[in-house]
Amino acid sequence: MEKYIYFGLMFLLTFGIKAQEEQKEVKQDSLIVPEELVEIILIGKNSNKHHYENKSLATIETYLEEANSVDFIKRGAYAWEPMIQGMASERSVVTIDGMRIYGACTDKMDPITSYVEISNLSKAEIKKGQAGAENGATIGGAIDLERQKSEYENSGWSGNAQSSIESINEQKILGAALQYTSNKVFADVDLMYRDAENYSAAGNEEILYSQFTKYNFSVVTGYQIEQNKSIEASFIFDEANDVGYPALPMDVSLARAYIGSLEYISNPEGEFYKEWKTKIYYNDVTHIMDDSQRPDVPIRMDMPGWSKTAGMYSKLKGNFENHSWDLSVNGHFNNSLAEMTMFPEDPNENDMFMLTWPDVNTIYTGLFAKDQYLINEDFSAEISLGMGVHNNNIQDEFGLESLRIFYPEMEGSKTRFLLNTGAQISYSTHPWTLGLGLGYGERAPSVSEAYGFYLFNSFDAFDYIGNPNMVNEKSLEMNVSTRYEHKSFSFSVNSAFYHISDYIIGKPDPDLSPMNIGINGVKVYEQLPYAQLWSNDLSINYTFLKDFTAKAKAVYRIGRDNENSNLPLIQPLTFEAGLRYRKNAFYAEAILESATKQFDYSPEFGENQTPGYSVFNLALSQIFYINAQKMILKVGGENLFDEYYSTYSDWNNIPRPGRNLYANVIYNF
Amino acid sequence: MKLLKYFSVFAVALLFSCSSDDDTPIQINETEDLIFVQEMQNETHTITIFTEDGSLKQGYNKIYFQIKDGDDFINNAEVSWMPVMHMTAMSHSGPHSEINKKANAETLYEGYIIFQMAQNDSEYWELSFNYNVEGAEYVAKDIIEVTPTDKNRVSVFTGNDDTRYIAALIEPDSPKVAVNDITVAIHKMENMMSFPIVNDYQLKIDPRMPSMGNHSSPNNEDLLQSDSDNLYHGKLSLTMTGYWKINLQLIDESGEVLKGEEVTETNESSSIYFEIEF
Repeated sequence: MEKYIYFGLMFLLTFGIKAQEEQKEVKQDSLIVPEELVEIILIGKNSNKHHYENKSLATIETYLEEANSVDFIKRGAYAWEPMIQGMASERSVVTIDGMRIYGACTDKMDPITSYVEISNLSKAEIKKGQAGAENGATIGGAIDLERQKSEYENSGWSGNAQSSIESINEQKILGAALQYTSNKVFADVDLMYRDAENYSAAGNEEILYSQFTKYNFSVVTGYQIEQNKSIEASFIFDEANDVGYPALPMDVSLARAYIGSLEYISNPEGEFYKEWKTKIYYNDVTHIMDDSQRPDVPIRMDMPGWSKTAGMYSKLKGNFENHSWDLSVNGHFNNSLAEMTMFPEDPNENDMFMLTWPDVNTIYTGLFAKDQYLINEDFSAEISLGMGVHNNNIQDEFGLESLRIFYPEMEGSKTRFLLNTGAQISYSTHPWTLGLGLGYGERAPSVSEAYGFYLFNSFDAFDYIGNPNMVNEKSLEMNVSTRYEHKSFSFSVNSAFYHISDYIIGKPDPDLSPMNIGINGVKVYEQLPYAQLWSNDLSINYTFLKDFTAKAKAVYRIGRDNENSNLPLIQPLTFEAGLRYRKNAFYAEAILESATKQFDYSPEFGENQTPGYSVFNLALSQIFYINAQKMILKVGGENLFDEYYSTYSDWNNIPRPGRNLYANVIYNF
Repeated sequence: MKLLKYFSVFAVALLFSCSSDDDTPIQINETEDLIFVQEMQNETHTITIFTEDGSLKQGYNKIYFQIKDGDDFINNAEVSWMPVMHMTAMSHSGPHSEINKKANAETLYEGYIIFQMAQNDSEYWELSFNYNVEGAEYVAKDIIEVTPTDKNRVSVFTGNDDTRYIAALIEPDSPKVAVNDITVAIHKMENMMSFPIVNDYQLKIDPRMPSMGNHSSPNNEDLLQSDSDNLYHGKLSLTMTGYWKINLQLIDESGEVLKGEEVTETNESSSIYFEIEF
């Protein structure tokens, strides 16, 4: 109770957060080509401009969740793993401004989204299926998190300070940013700090080991060499420590990333191309798991992991008659290493050591080309083609020998050729837009799927062994979408079907004895002849009485393997309905989030049936002007009826937070 | 003419001196990778004993030696040996191999001895060599030092057939996280002084980590006797560093388990085992 009073007395500065879903319209000179396969989420200052509301929790995941095609696997309060179209990180590509980053955790506790802050970003572009193949081979799609940066406008100095507090986990968020722009130079610096205690589920049930602390510092600066040529340098430092994962047997003592890049941008007039960007980048991720906070463990262990990636891309965009084309080449090199050291009870006995990721190098070079062609006023088409060469190589003899226990004949090196291609056609006749598309894509197995050595999965309590002999996973996709927009009413329906051959999944091997104590067994990655996924979403939007907007959305997915058994982690029917009132500088919004009982689940993967739930949220926002400065105040409550619930993607059924009250203030100067 | 005679004598002398120069480098090379353990002397000869680590320890030992008469190496002796443990109440021997020349060696003899136990304050091992050089018989013997090992690398037990067996771990000597070659020598006791090799048996292995839930490892291969060296060879899979207990079961030629039990939920270890820690 005190914390509500405490929070009520505190009004600090915070970021305004908005999420906005819109159909992306690519304006290239006079060409307008609708793209149904893209969702754009505006983040941070960018979303501020339009004064749209959102849950002011201010994590990147909360923003991304607004997208119909994105959902998250939640292992705690921190670092949720994004899924695109119901497919998780192995089947999707997440990039930061086109840069590839690989996580350093064998247990997927550090998805890429956990190494950035909303203060670093301006928007997230989510491309579904093969439309997302620009930055790498993918099956489910891609998320590109775009960096926030100023323009070369002579605005001098500006900045903001923000602060937020949330009741459910006593999270304190502080941020500050400073910008300088001139005609030739811009520089943006921002800092963000978050600190949260354990959160409570409904009925004040404290969820232990759900705390986290995170610091983020970023700089982006640009220099305009001449009228249409500039170079930019960007650097992000992100560090989280003392992060708890209540759904897992271990926590994280350190998760740290350094992300840097240098880019040359050219937007010439009178050339055959209109934009040319070339970037080189490097990122370094360290992730250390530790169980020292847990009182009761079968055996103490340290599990550090390191991932380093260096890469480049060069992208060319241009227009030619009714064509709008993209051409890019990209390449990256990654090294992933992870160890496990276990400490026996007898201090005189030697420590037990093994390599869970055997120092694997991945080299990828690829080419991607896309053309959007405006056939006539009503029809447009887009085709894309990506080709890449992908090589894995095990650097460490110790690691190779470990895997040779299972695969005596395996080679240290494997090279693959990856193909990604898609074709879309769009028919637009106001108020309708219809889209139809096909795609084919391949992906290489991830480092864990190919070379993992006794990786523990707490969801099904199995140890997983990689399989280096797998072939590319292939997907054939078909998508259909409809959009209707007339005056104040719009709705859209998107449906995508994926037939995935050589579907990679772990299957139990009864002859193997598990490594970790108290475990059900060992699964080895293998490939099913095929699996199928069907992803559907519906959105409706209606504005009435000038100031009111009603919106609703629903998502439904089905996933089945070749024996018609359910795939794990597939979203049951989930829907959201909201009503917003906006007048001048004030708005209020009420949202209902609900999901049905999980009818389709996979017991083989350790899933149990998650019951249905309904959660109610309320948000209020007001802009103030003090002298010439703008201040935005938002308050709100989530799960106002304190419902005790857990979703299909909450790992090990960890309950979601109970009633949470928050207040954010942003102060711009 | 005289010049030619002197010249030829000189040439011959030169040839001989060359060959004796060739002799000394060979001896130095032959014990290059080995470490001196001890020297035994009789009236005529000196026997110098070497092992890879310079010690004799409980369990299997690969032993190399040279026989010298003054400065000359005796390369053509027929040697047999007998290790004897002098205990307070009685004396007994231990399993030992034949002695042969090391492959491609001139001066180095080799063989192995398995010491069932180490010495202590009142009991000690003595090694005696009986050898024949050009028809003459010689004996050399001395007390040797056999150090105990803290990890079990030799197992002495009585089987269901009332026979006393000795199983000694030969390799892996430097185990790795990998599928290692495992070699074991299995002998039985015929009497106090005779310990011949056992033939056509099978040694089942089940490596476990007792400190970590007693988990096992995949792709081990039980040991079978090889025709080439009469020792037992198999595959030992070790998935991580640390302390491993290699549980054993000895099976005779008809498939009967002579000693050792399977590791199960209720039975944590076999009564016979080796230990490896790395």
